[in-house]
Amino acid sequence: MGMRVRAPIEWPVSGDPGINMRVNIRLFARLRDIAGAGEIERHVPDGATVRTVWTALATEFPDLMDYETSISTAVNAEYSRMEAPVGEGDEVAFLPPVSGG
Amino acid sequence: MPTPLYAVTTDPLDLDALVKVVTTPPPDVPEEPQAIGPGAITSFVGIVRNENGGRRVLRLEYEGYESLALRAFERIGAETAERWTVRMALHHRLGTLQIGEASVMIAVSSPHRADAFAACRYVIERVKQIVPIWKREYFEGGDMWIEGATADPTDGNARESAYRVAGIG
Repeated sequence: MGMRVRAPIEWPVSGDPGINMRVNIRLFARLRDIAGAGEIERHVPDGATVRTVWTALATEFPDLMDYETSISTAVNAEYSRMEAPVGEGDEVAFLPPVSGG
Repeated sequence: MPTPLYAVTTDPLDLDALVKVVTTPPPDVPEEPQAIGPGAITSFVGIVRNENGGRRVLRLEYEGYESLALRAFERIGAETAERWTVRMALHHRLGTLQIGEASVMIAVSSPHRADAFAACRYVIERVKQIVPIWKREYFEGGDMWIEGATADPTDGNARESAYRVAGIG
């Protein structure tokens, strides 16, 4: 086992006091490839924002950091800001730059 | 089932159906005898090209966030209606598409051709800017996700750019 680098933010454990929000994370295109899944369920603390979710996700999958400045975000299928609060059961989506058409 | 104005589908797209839906009065709106009907229809069909950036393209795979894509279509429809007197339909295909297959179709009807041309041009620009759909390009020698614009519907500069391209900014 190699030395483990302490990450700035890690996913809280669902049994922790004050940690009671479950979010359904949606990832698309290359973000989905990086994480290896398009839907991921995680728990976040009360008061979490979209940014909280992103930071924990990018800690878990460091290659996501390349997208820090180019992603768009959505909560429950509405475009959102990084500062938007998330609630229990919310669907939080992270979108790389789009290429439809 | 009647053709919806906005759709994201893995089925092949049908331009005739889009043209029909933009020239048929909506069933939920009572028809006004004095209303001016369509005098022009414009359409845009985007198809899979065999080349991109010097690469020989073999096929494309489209992926989308369907619920948000439909909301983005509705938003583009509302933006279009703010500026022009038109009726607009927009369908985008997902899944594996071969060279020459249609990936996106737009139909616009209007009493007058100028509005129909401008609105159609505006719509495809906005699709490229804010619709959460992605293409994975399979080319000779590999494959890659194509990444264009960071989607931000509230970005006024992007919207102004689309109006300029449409010839009215």
